[in-house]
Amino acid sequence: MDVKDIIKEENLVYSKPSLLSDKITHYCPGCSHGVVHKLLAEVIEELGIQEKTIGVSPVGCAVFAYNYIEIDWQEAAHGRAPAVATGIARVDPDKVVFTYQGDGDLASIGTAEIMHAANRGENIVVVFINNAIYGMTGGQMAPTTLLGQVTATTPCGRDLERNGYPLKITELIGQLPGAAYVSRQSVHTPAAVRKCRKALRKSFENAMAKKGTSFVEVVSTCSSGWRLSPVEANKWMEENMFPFYPIGDIKDGQKAEAGDFMQQNLKN
Amino acid sequence: MAKVRGAVVVDIEACKGCGLCVVACPHQVLAQNKQVNSRGYHYSFMEHAENCIGCSNCAVVCPDTCITVYRVKSEKTV
Repeated sequence: MDVKDIIKEENLVYSKPSLLSDKITHYCPGCSHGVVHKLLAEVIEELGIQEKTIGVSPVGCAVFAYNYIEIDWQEAAHGRAPAVATGIARVDPDKVVFTYQGDGDLASIGTAEIMHAANRGENIVVVFINNAIYGMTGGQMAPTTLLGQVTATTPCGRDLERNGYPLKITELIGQLPGAAYVSRQSVHTPAAVRKCRKALRKSFENAMAKKGTSFVEVVSTCSSGWRLSPVEANKWMEENMFPFYPIGDIKDGQKAEAGDFMQQNLKN
Repeated sequence: MAKVRGAVVVDIEACKGCGLCVVACPHQVLAQNKQVNSRGYHYSFMEHAENCIGCSNCAVVCPDTCITVYRVKSEKTV
């Protein structure tokens, strides 16, 4: 059978989601952002919530996400996306609001915002892209940078004495009673992409069901910042990132009931 | 015996030549072209088209969503 006979409309099994625009992304070759954008577009399309989804993208490589996914977007100041998303979700509770943040944005400058938004149990979805580096500005050390990892500002590797410990922000969020679903995923293999898609879908369903804050960390690569090829970057991530940032669900349920929580407090 | 055959179409201009699809393919169908597209990237192409089973793994991991996958079941005895 000739290839031309196979390439027909009725045999189509995978094509670009319609919510993804035809613009070519500004991301570097092999960047995980592209895969996560695609997954978001697929999930939003699948749930049929294009008209009522609002994305909030603060500073980072994904600041131009509004060019690529055909939904409503709102820009936010660096790190303040959860605060802006809180406002949108409270003013218009029918909307499904999500933020799309990097590790420099969420784990560094925006730590307070995400902590309090998750602790309040806001009905938002937070997509957290963790590539252990400030990718947009040229590969400087981020709070999530691994010990010993070479970056533009730690040329001899991250030093514990000088730079402290890497921040596992997802584990911290998992402790908060307002968080409904906290998960860490990756998009380096087809199987991982499919699992990440499920996690994102669950998060959006939680937001629609008003279960509380859903938080999905995606352990990602930054091949330009790490000075590796995309394939090598995936390998480096598997060998170095996964032992410290293990993949899997950290919390799966819904935010704590007010009654139970008050009793717990009084007993203490 | 029914045999599953597949084919992929790569949007040459959208491909950035990252090579992630080449690694993701379980049957070594894809390879990076020696030629480049208008932006200078070695875009992916089907080097061994006859091996493709249309599993969509390449398209799933593609960060630029430039791969479309087709699959057909042929009732051919091999």
